[in-house]
Amino acid sequence: MPAAALSAHPRGGSAAERVDEVRELQARIRAMQSTKLDTRALETSPTVAGLLPGGSLKTGVAYTIHGSTSLAMALMAGPSQAGSWCGVVGVPTFGAEAARASGIDLERIALVPYPGDQWMPVTAALADVLTVVLVRPPLPPSDAVASRLMARLRERGSTLIVLGDWPGSEARLEVRRTEWSGLGTGHGHLRGREMTVAVAAKAGPSRDRRVSL
Amino acid sequence: MNGVRTMLAWCPDWPVLAACREHDMDPEVAVAVVDKQRVTACSPLARVEGVRRGMRVREAQARCTGLVVLPYEPSVDSRLFEPVVAGVEASMAGVQPVRPGVLAMRARGPARYYGGELAAARLLVGRLAELGVDGARVGIADGPFAAEQAARRAEPVLIVPEGGSARFLAPLPVEALGDGDLAALLRKLGVTDLAGFASLSPDAVRDRFGAAGAMAHVLAAGADPRGVAARTPPREVVAQVDFEPALDRVDQVAFGIRAAADALVDELFEHHLACTELRVIAHSADETVERTWLHPRWFSGADMVDRVRWQLQGDSTGSGLKSGVTRIRLEPEVVDAIGHHEAGLWGNGPDEGVHHGLSRVQGMLGHEAVVTPVLGGGRRLAERQVFVPWGDRASTELSDRHARPWPGSLPEPPPATVFPEPRAVVVVAEDGTVVTIDERGTLSAPPAAFSITGRRQDARRVTGWAGPWPAAERWWDAAAARLAYRFQLVDASGDAWLLVLADGAWVAEARYD
Repeated sequence: MPAAALSAHPRGGSAAERVDEVRELQARIRAMQSTKLDTRALETSPTVAGLLPGGSLKTGVAYTIHGSTSLAMALMAGPSQAGSWCGVVGVPTFGAEAARASGIDLERIALVPYPGDQWMPVTAALADVLTVVLVRPPLPPSDAVASRLMARLRERGSTLIVLGDWPGSEARLEVRRTEWSGLGTGHGHLRGREMTVAVAAKAGPSRDRRVSL
Repeated sequence: MNGVRTMLAWCPDWPVLAACREHDMDPEVAVAVVDKQRVTACSPLARVEGVRRGMRVREAQARCTGLVVLPYEPSVDSRLFEPVVAGVEASMAGVQPVRPGVLAMRARGPARYYGGELAAARLLVGRLAELGVDGARVGIADGPFAAEQAARRAEPVLIVPEGGSARFLAPLPVEALGDGDLAALLRKLGVTDLAGFASLSPDAVRDRFGAAGAMAHVLAAGADPRGVAARTPPREVVAQVDFEPALDRVDQVAFGIRAAADALVDELFEHHLACTELRVIAHSADETVERTWLHPRWFSGADMVDRVRWQLQGDSTGSGLKSGVTRIRLEPEVVDAIGHHEAGLWGNGPDEGVHHGLSRVQGMLGHEAVVTPVLGGGRRLAERQVFVPWGDRASTELSDRHARPWPGSLPEPPPATVFPEPRAVVVVAEDGTVVTIDERGTLSAPPAAFSITGRRQDARRVTGWAGPWPAAERWWDAAAARLAYRFQLVDASGDAWLLVLADGAWVAEARYD
């Protein structure tokens, strides 16, 4: 794929384009080589592995997702199927049937739908014991609070998935558009979808990837 | 060989009495207790009207139009019999509860103490009447079988003289053995009474009817080999703390109960027991609140204190107290051998850690704040997922309901966002009028735009839609019936929604995001 992506840019473009290209290549190298020794990869479901920098979910980091609960469920499905426990904080609308259809084991998931203003301590408490924690913060946390939680995540080897903004996230996945198949005007029903997701790794520009769920 | 001299008390229609007490009813009316659509027991008045045991409920109701039908609950039967047994134990030792409604004891002790078998039997009838069991019958004979037959024919006391059991049993019909199949077979063979059955050769009976038949044969001959196995009265292990003056702050109560809860757990430990189900009873000046709590593992002292706190704080079921607490009582409902709950040498793996973490969150937010999703049944999406508090047991009914077919349920894929409460939305046609539907399920116009906030300026163009899919719920019940039409709508940006049109109003049920 990298070769195909590169060939889209003809060599010998303007200087600015070339600088961009070098930056992008550097970002890709950074994303491929792990900067910390203690990051460990989690089982990742193949549908979303292509979206993530490094091709898998890492422990001790946070991922932010904008515009899709299904994408978050797909991220949780891999670790859940591998036998890990998942937690969901502050998402009262979490669809259990969709979670099961995406591959999450409902036997190993705990929900705290209404944590109120205690959402941060609750997230921290769950991150202590569960492998993946999905949280929808009512408002973005301050850098200091977030970095305290990140230190805890690194220590415990768990992963945070945030529906919303989070300072210093490993990758930001934003749904640009969704194309549905199976639905006509007045007939058919929703069958499958193809999402275009803008993936921005921690360092580096954002790239569009396609994923079908 | 004569059986051991036995005194047996029989409480007629015990299931009726127990069910009436449980439902706070008067047993003097016509009542029938039914199990699997058949009458298990009925009150005397119902019997006068022609209701019989084993009759179909419909037939019983036809014979006695005012019949009150109560469900048969074996647990209620045994639970309410327990105080009766304990009450009899207070005046006569060595009681064996045979089954709910029947208790037996060796006759020799009470007969000697109260001056004769007749006096002891009369005293037992009186004692049972004091305990609220009117019309109890007592029989004394050699062996529990003969004693029970005597009790069933007693008015209210019948004493079969020592060594006379075989003669007493001889004229009884073979149905008295309590085995319907055996009795029917014996009647076909021309054997109608116990004397006839007893006169058959033991070897022939064993060959033809097997071990159960051989046992019945021994009973019919009046030689009951069974003894009376007196129960050991159970030790009561509970913790109770009285507060004087009454406490109105939850943390004070929690502090006050802490030592008692720890002592209760220690006492259970001494008996090698662990409590897995706990009943917390909180008394205040003018009300009593009780609730049973489950524990995924077993209760420690701190866990018990947590349960007391949650119960007093109240939750969505509204079990909080309104006035000061005067007394807290902790009763272990279910105990288990501690050996089944011993932690392994290296702990019980990661799940123990998970449990501690989730319990900590419950300690912060309350019992019902941490839930696990269980799929249930229903047509509406919010009905299909049930959130069970961590530590509680999901009812098996839920999975049964989930497995049933639900005509009109949604096609795959399921939506990832399900609104617990539907949100009001507006769906308009090309000309700006709100889309409606007539009784025949025909739309006034195809939906052209919809607004999730309900305001027209937030309207989005519809690029694809499907529906209406009717879902008729409980159409057989006019009060609860609901006819709803579902639609899937996709807007230009690819947002997909599940909308519902019911009673002329549009709501959003879920979102495919």
